[in-house]
Amino acid sequence: MIKAPAPPAGEQRKQGGVCVEHVSRTFASRRGEVRALADVSLHAAPGEIVAVVGPSGCGKTTLLELICGLQAADSGTVTSAPAALMPQRDLLLPWLSAVDNAALALRARGMARDEARAAAAPWLERFGLTGFERSRPAELSGGMRQRVSFLRSLLAGKPVLALDEPFAALDAITRAEMQSWLAAVLASEPRTVVLVTHDVEEAVVLGDRVLVMSARPGRVVRDVEVAVARPRRRTDPQVVALREQVLEALGMPA
Amino acid sequence: MSRQNLRAALGLSRGASWRGALVVVLALLGAWELYVDLGGADPLILPAPHAVAQSLFDDRALLWSNFLVTAEEVVLGILVATVAALALASVMHFFLTLRRAFWPVLIGSQTIPIPMLAPVLVLWLGFGILPKLVVIALVSFFSIVVTTLAGFAAVDPDLIKLMRTFDMPRRRVFLSIELPSALPGVFTGAKIAVIVAVIGAVFAEQAGANSGLGYLFAQSIPQLLTARAYAAVVVLSVFAIALFGLLTLAERLTVPWAYQPIGDSA
Repeated sequence: MIKAPAPPAGEQRKQGGVCVEHVSRTFASRRGEVRALADVSLHAAPGEIVAVVGPSGCGKTTLLELICGLQAADSGTVTSAPAALMPQRDLLLPWLSAVDNAALALRARGMARDEARAAAAPWLERFGLTGFERSRPAELSGGMRQRVSFLRSLLAGKPVLALDEPFAALDAITRAEMQSWLAAVLASEPRTVVLVTHDVEEAVVLGDRVLVMSARPGRVVRDVEVAVARPRRRTDPQVVALREQVLEALGMPA
Repeated sequence: MSRQNLRAALGLSRGASWRGALVVVLALLGAWELYVDLGGADPLILPAPHAVAQSLFDDRALLWSNFLVTAEEVVLGILVATVAALALASVMHFFLTLRRAFWPVLIGSQTIPIPMLAPVLVLWLGFGILPKLVVIALVSFFSIVVTTLAGFAAVDPDLIKLMRTFDMPRRRVFLSIELPSALPGVFTGAKIAVIVAVIGAVFAEQAGANSGLGYLFAQSIPQLLTARAYAAVVVLSVFAIALFGLLTLAERLTVPWAYQPIGDSA
C-alpha cells in the first residue's frame, strides 16, 4: 500500500491534524527508568480517525497526553492542533446535572452558565439524553454517562479528540451500542480522532487506520489501513479479515 | 422535598436504630438511678437522674440564659474556625512548601493544654467573648484543616488533566472542581469540631466569665448544687448532639453525592 507523504508539520497543525514524529518518553520510577515510548510516529490527517491498539502498558495513554500537551516528549516532535481528552472513566462531576457536566468545557472558557446550558441543551437531545438534562450522574446509566462525557469533550471545540479507551468500562452490549453511536456521531461531526483502545474490533470498526503498538517500550509495529465503507458491520468479512490481521500483528492467534 | 425524603435525610427512616439509641440511654439512666437510690454514691457527688431532671425543670430560666451565652460562643467559634481552616487548607493545598512548613506548628497547636492557655487569654483579651472564641477556634480548626486537605488530595488527578485540556484556568479549577470536592471533608471536620468546641467553651468560661454553662457549672459545685451542675452538662451534651445533627442534615442537603452515614456499613 502506497501512502501519500504526510504534509509538513506546520500544515498539519493549521488544518487540525496531528503529527507525532520519532517520539520517545522515559519515566523515572522507583525501580529505575521506564521507557514508555520508543521512537513512535503517528500522523492523523484532519478528519481522520486513527485507532491505536496495543497491550497494557505500551504507553498509549502517554501518547495521548503528549498530543494533548499534558506531557513533553524527551526526544522527537509533537505537533498537533489543540486537542481535548476524553478519559476512560467518565469523571463526571457528581454535583452537576447532565447538562452542566456537558457544558463544563464551555464554562471553562468563561461562558456564562445560562449561555453554556443553552449551547449544550440541543446536543443532549441529539445524543439521546432528552429528559435526563437535569439528572445527576448517579442517576444515569453507564452508556449515558459516557455519552455526556464525550459531549463534554466535543464541546471543548478542539479540532482534535484524544479518546482514551472510552468504552472500556462498559459491559459488552453497551460497548457495542456505543461504538455504533460514536461512528454515527463522528460521521456527522467530523473531528481528527486519536482513539486508544484494547479492543481490536472497536479499532477496526471505528478507525480509518489502526496503529498496532508493541509491549513496553511502545513502538508502532504495524499501520493497517481500514478501507471499508461506513457504516461498518462487525460481521463484514473485510472487517473480520482486518481484525485477524491486527490480532496477528499483536502476536495473538486469531 | 417530599416528607419521606426529609425523614430519610434526618436519618429517621431507620426506626430500629433510633429506638436502639433510646433503649441504650434509658438503660444507662435506669442503672444510674438505681445505683444512687440504693446508696451507691452520695447525691452531693453523684445526683440521681431524677434530681438532675428536677434541676433541669426548676432552673430552666437560669440554664436557658446561660445556654444562650455558650451557644453564641460555640457557633461563632466554629464559624471562625471553619473560615480559618478553609483559608489555611487552601493555602497549604496550593503551596507544598507552606504545607510542610505549617504541619509541625499545626500539630503543636493541638497539644497546648487549654486549662493553662485559657487564663492567660483572659488576662490578655479580657472577660468578654474574645478569649472564648480564640479557645474554641483553636481546639476545633485542626480537624477541619486535616479533613479539608484530605478532600483536596482526593480529587482525581485525571480530572485535573481533563480540565487542563479544556484550558480551564487554575483559579477556576480550584473553585469549580477542587472546592466542591473538598466540601464533604469540610463537613466531616466540622462535625468532629463541634464536639471539641463544646469542651473548649467550658474551659474558656471557667478561666474567666460571668455567664455561660461552663461558668454555671463552676459556680454550682462549691454551692453544693451538684444536680444543677449536672443539668448544665446535660444541656451542653444535648446542644452538641443537636449541632452534630444539624451539620449531618446540612451535609445531606448540600453534598448528597458524598453522604455516608456514620456508623452505617451500607
